[in-house]
Amino acid sequence: MEAGIVSYGAYVPRYRITPGEIGRVWGADGEGMGQSLNVIRKSVPAPDEDTITISTEALRVALARGGIDPQTIGAIYVGSESHPYAVKPTATVVASAVGATPNLTAADFEFACKAGTAAIQTCLGLVGAQMIRYGVAIGTDTSQGAPGDALEYSASAGGAAFVIGREHVIARVRHTLSYTTDTPDFWRREGQRYPSHGGRFTGEPAYFRHVTECAKQMFAQAGTGPADYAHVVFHQPNGKFPQRVGKQLGFSDAQMRYGLVTPYIGNTYSGAALIGLSNVLDHASAGERVLMVGYGSGAGSDAFDFDVTDEITNYDRTFGRPVQDYLDPGLEIPYSVYAKFRGKIHLGGA
Amino acid sequence: MSVARFWRETPRRYNLGGSKCTNCNTVYFPPRSVCPTCPVHRKTLEKMVPFQLSGEGTVYSYTVVHDAAEGFEMQVPYVVALVKTVEGPMLTGQIVDLEPAEVQIGLRVRATFRKLREEGPAGVIHYGYKFAPAGEVGSGPEPRGRLAPVAPSPTGSSDRAPA
Repeated sequence: MEAGIVSYGAYVPRYRITPGEIGRVWGADGEGMGQSLNVIRKSVPAPDEDTITISTEALRVALARGGIDPQTIGAIYVGSESHPYAVKPTATVVASAVGATPNLTAADFEFACKAGTAAIQTCLGLVGAQMIRYGVAIGTDTSQGAPGDALEYSASAGGAAFVIGREHVIARVRHTLSYTTDTPDFWRREGQRYPSHGGRFTGEPAYFRHVTECAKQMFAQAGTGPADYAHVVFHQPNGKFPQRVGKQLGFSDAQMRYGLVTPYIGNTYSGAALIGLSNVLDHASAGERVLMVGYGSGAGSDAFDFDVTDEITNYDRTFGRPVQDYLDPGLEIPYSVYAKFRGKIHLGGA
Repeated sequence: MSVARFWRETPRRYNLGGSKCTNCNTVYFPPRSVCPTCPVHRKTLEKMVPFQLSGEGTVYSYTVVHDAAEGFEMQVPYVVALVKTVEGPMLTGQIVDLEPAEVQIGLRVRATFRKLREEGPAGVIHYGYKFAPAGEVGSGPEPRGRLAPVAPSPTGSSDRAPA
């Protein structure tokens, strides 16, 4: 496959809250919860930020870094489970905000946390078939856990945008494959504000089975093993699952170092693996091989086998903020401000 | 604001789409169809072309709002500033990602894309530009082949043109 990543950009809101602060409000051991999840802090969107604004900021950085004329974009797909509208595409607003309209196709994707990686695969197909010159795949979320629920300690906000094409490719996709089943580990019914989940059921039969099977099948198809990859990125609903699955598959902490971002920003759902991949690309060198395995509840995994090309030496990674900036402590807020920002306070009225 | 009225303004709210007089090179935002700077206004009718501002500028003056306008209650206190853009026009916009006490006259800012307001829980959501510290959004050296903010189509059919 000649297609791959031409450019990328990530964006994470500036506000942060710690598990200790969340636990303080609910009479729980928040610090202990944070340690067990390996989440130090999570990002919180400002009241004027949502999946559309985060996606736009990430894509604007990607287009500027790559020097890409937005009018050459043939497709924009935004993967999220927190689209601001139930009916009215996020992708159309993003396309308009970057100047890519009107000659492109656009749609919103939803597959829990792997909608962004599904969008990359779709773009690879369109670009590979030479139906379009550039395709844009975005994974962004501003998801919430119900107050006091275990998800509230990790659910955060952020996103990343990837421009997929055949020219000036900085990370070529050598292989991609998926592993999909009907597994009800996590869901949100129409009209429900917060998601529901199967508790411990989200672990072994869901995350670990899909990620492990998908990675092993990728090893078989690509003829590789863990030692062939300089970097690995897994979906990261918390900081613990990706570390454990990485160990199970035979990866070292050094290989997972840059791909693991959830401990510092929380679980950005559709953005999680993609922000991890952005951080890897911020640090990767030409000739290195990268494995990414996403996961979305419901359930499925998408695996990607990347080659970082010589083109990355000509690519300006200094424009825009590096992912590391977002991993550093942001502006920490108390639960009261968090509750106000996230609309958890009932203000009266209808 | 009606849906149609806001929709008509999206080029300028989303992308800072203004206009430029090709006779005297003055940039306007919001866009104008004639140039008030040139001596004979009507002769500039064919000289005005769409022009996209870069979004970069400095804070000319500002105020801290404590008594919020409708829809901004969650953001109190917030800063509204006059921003002198590098292309010339002065824009009014909210300053985000900075505490009010940190805002100063002369602060370098860059346009960022934010939610402006919602028409209630079931209505349309309006998006547009606000300003963040230049270090917060897309700062750094000029990248390879960065899109120029100029070069719009003279036909007026689009506010963007191939770079």
